[in-house]
Amino acid sequence: MKTASTKTSKEKAQPPRWAENFLAWYCRPGILEDLQGDLNEYFERNLQSKGASYARLIYILDVLKFFRLYTVKKPDFLNLFIHYMMIGSYLKTSRRSLVRNKLFSFINIIGLAISMSVGLLVIAFLTDLVSYDHFHVKKDRIYRVVTKNEADGQPSMDFASMSLKAGKKIKESFTGFEDITLLRPGFSADARVSKETVLPVSAWWADDSFFRVFTFPMLEGDSSTALREPYSLVLTEKTAKKLFGESDALGRTVQFDTLNYTVTGIIKDIPNLSHLRFEALVSFASVENEKWLVTGEKESWDHIYSNYAYFTMPENGSTKALQTNLDRLSASENKGLQNRKISLSIQPISTITLGKHYSNEIGHSFSVAVAWILAGLAFVVILSACFNYTNLSIARSLRRSKEVGIRKIVGALRGHVLGQFVTESVIIALLALVFSFPLFLVLRKQFMSLDQFPENLVALELSPRIVLYFIMLAVVTGISAGFLPAIFFSRMKAIQVLKDASGLKVFRQVNLRKVLILVQYTFSLMFITATLIGYHQYKGFLAFDLGFNTENILNIKMQGNKSELLKKELAEIPEVGMIARSNMITSLGSLYGTSMKYKDPGDSARLYQNAVDANYLPMHRHKFLAGGNFTTKPVKGNETQIIVNEQVLKRFNIADRNPQKALGEVLQMDDRKLTIVGVLKDFHYGTVEKEIEPTAFRYYDDESTGGYLNVAVKSADWSETRTRIEHAWRKIDKVHPLDAKFYTEQIELAYSQFLVMIKVIGFITFLAICIASMGLFGMVVFTTETRLREISIRKVLGASEGGLVFLLSKGFLFLLVIATLLALPATYLFFDKIVLTNFAYHAPISLSVMLAGVLVVLFIAFVMIGSQTVIAARGNPAKVLKSE
Amino acid sequence: MKGTNLGEFEELVLLTIAALVQDAYSVAICDELEKHTGRVSKLGVVHAVLNRLEEKGLVKSRLGEATSARGGKRKRYYEVTQAGKIGLMRSKEVRDGLWKIIPGFNIEPA
Repeated sequence: MKTASTKTSKEKAQPPRWAENFLAWYCRPGILEDLQGDLNEYFERNLQSKGASYARLIYILDVLKFFRLYTVKKPDFLNLFIHYMMIGSYLKTSRRSLVRNKLFSFINIIGLAISMSVGLLVIAFLTDLVSYDHFHVKKDRIYRVVTKNEADGQPSMDFASMSLKAGKKIKESFTGFEDITLLRPGFSADARVSKETVLPVSAWWADDSFFRVFTFPMLEGDSSTALREPYSLVLTEKTAKKLFGESDALGRTVQFDTLNYTVTGIIKDIPNLSHLRFEALVSFASVENEKWLVTGEKESWDHIYSNYAYFTMPENGSTKALQTNLDRLSASENKGLQNRKISLSIQPISTITLGKHYSNEIGHSFSVAVAWILAGLAFVVILSACFNYTNLSIARSLRRSKEVGIRKIVGALRGHVLGQFVTESVIIALLALVFSFPLFLVLRKQFMSLDQFPENLVALELSPRIVLYFIMLAVVTGISAGFLPAIFFSRMKAIQVLKDASGLKVFRQVNLRKVLILVQYTFSLMFITATLIGYHQYKGFLAFDLGFNTENILNIKMQGNKSELLKKELAEIPEVGMIARSNMITSLGSLYGTSMKYKDPGDSARLYQNAVDANYLPMHRHKFLAGGNFTTKPVKGNETQIIVNEQVLKRFNIADRNPQKALGEVLQMDDRKLTIVGVLKDFHYGTVEKEIEPTAFRYYDDESTGGYLNVAVKSADWSETRTRIEHAWRKIDKVHPLDAKFYTEQIELAYSQFLVMIKVIGFITFLAICIASMGLFGMVVFTTETRLREISIRKVLGASEGGLVFLLSKGFLFLLVIATLLALPATYLFFDKIVLTNFAYHAPISLSVMLAGVLVVLFIAFVMIGSQTVIAARGNPAKVLKSE
Repeated sequence: MKGTNLGEFEELVLLTIAALVQDAYSVAICDELEKHTGRVSKLGVVHAVLNRLEEKGLVKSRLGEATSARGGKRKRYYEVTQAGKIGLMRSKEVRDGLWKIIPGFNIEPA
């Protein structure tokens, strides 16, 4: 029995079909048959001795190996020539069929045009992101040193910045690179050119290798020495014009604070697509001897937040040795750290703008995931329009089957018919491209003006390369839209078609068409529910109870001014109530952390903090669980008091988490001992994405400048109050414009990225629904038209209108129900398991919101289906039947 | 004379075809070659050589009858042409001539 069974299985074994087909496709007919025979013979032999899978493998390898010059068919020039000759005829018939069926042509072209305009936008956008920093001559050899920070008990973080100490060590003792330059952003001061001209300038410190690593062409000055001496200043053309007007800037002196800087160079303005953007550069030597830097971070390995290092590799150099050296450096320096590890690695410049996210990023960066989502959305919308084309073409195939039949009888081969229909769809797609281009221009304007979109992230300018991409998109869209119909037409049997067109196997394609509609609607429903849930959540974030009051509070950024002066001015405005001071505005996403210890000197924890004055807590109505406000103002940095939240007690288990008993306990911070004078109920210091962590308020030192004034405003006429506040501001600061925003407004801004996302996805949803509805409409029109005679007969025999409408629509309704059943759980799971896990606090996913989205889509679909089926069902049957 | 000269492997294949008389088709040639030389002959190599020999006019081929073996595909039988025979004879003569002028040939180790 066993031998018999193995024997039958061996008899069944066949060489792989695709390999056989491939051989038949490429091999010259003259030698094909005996070659096939030879391979079969070997196959049978291997089957006997080595088994089926081995035999198949050898067969495939042989087929590939025989792909040689002498076996391959010569290209069939005659065939190509026929194609070429027939293009005129193809164009003619395509045009006729476009004009004959205006509704379907309209649906096809407009659908493709709308969806392709989104595709064009995404292409332009991604091309810009990918071409960032391409203007540097050494762009393929520029790398950046990045830092990974791993502290015990905290998630590890990647920083784009590094410590100054690491930068110095690499610069001085490493080999294997060409040039390395150190950068340090944050030089922001008022430039005094003359008595009248005082302008704020934000510059970066950079050392003298800067222009050897990067390509920023210097118009005046010597790029090799411009940044060598301390207090040298290199300006961009724009900044130079701003400071000096038309007069010559080189060699002039600019005063920042009390120090004089000399302009040693003018560079061309920075190109649009550069991740490094600055108004001016100051020589690194100017900062190195500053006392605050020397005593603070200069020698510290763990101050990794302020400096950046970029280097170039020699041509054909490998970064492997450099990485080994970096690892060695990190390992030896980490010995000096407790519970913390800092490691350095390198990153090519090409992955900075579109790549992994790093904290402390020096320029714009865009997440790869979002880029993929955008591309995916565009893809889905274009695919949806392609589905419409496929559906409508196959549905209409009855009309064109005669044409195909005659072509075939006259001598067209399968390849010719295939070519004809693919050409037709490519032509339609190119036509759609013409329509989609103006749409793209409109979209581009809208897209660029999305508020909160990083300024100048992309230029979206047209270039020959982009235009080429556009045409490629149209061609690929055309091919993918027309491919299935073309296959379908090319397989038609000429005799069958001409004898009896109704016997055509159109209805075999019904399942395919149903699946396509189903996919379209599933995506449309997923999009709309996702948009609505997203919007619902976003509203939830804005209305979220942070644990303190944010209403009617105006935050004024001090921009380096003494707050006492402004306070005095503001107090005279009647609408202004209480005035408080704070170092920063919380709950907007920025964090200001430090480390604290309790009794155990070995156990330190991260503490988020804000420095405020005595008015701050009452004004924001923070709730005290025990104790009260600050009482002793720190004099000359002699700080003694701290107010903490519940999490601090929990972290160190202070007084068994009893707020009352925790009062009077002492926390160690930097070199200070601070006594807890109040315990606050937990509130949100970060955004809703973050859990509440140990947080504390410290008493603001009067000496310091900067920070914010928090002003309670009660005003009936806000614009007038604002004018008064601006007037007060101008009295104390003539250089900087007033920067005042309501707290609630700032919270809105903090979440505005979500609003942008919702807007973008919402727009694409709108398009997807439009396209799917157009496609559905086309299909309904087609089905009712082809069944008109049947409907008339049914009606004559006594069918009711309602019954007929139901008969015509039930197939579509069924599809919509399935689409809903697929889309709703998918969207729910997507939000529940993926999106909302990023938010520590969020509103539950509202089912009613989801259902609302479904109802909108279904309503539109019902209108589409209903309008056509009702017309068909109400028609006079006699009219239809008479014409036959 | 390039084009009519026989390479070493070409000569072997040609001789095999002559030796197989009526049964000379690609797979049989491979097997026969393997039997006599002890080297594995790949079908791909033999196929290419047969193709080249036919181009040179040293062999001619015809398709045989279809059988149920080989997936119903016919075999291509090869036969040495007159030119092929002359080529073989000539290369044999060259060798014999050389052999003759070697003065005592001893294969025992010296």
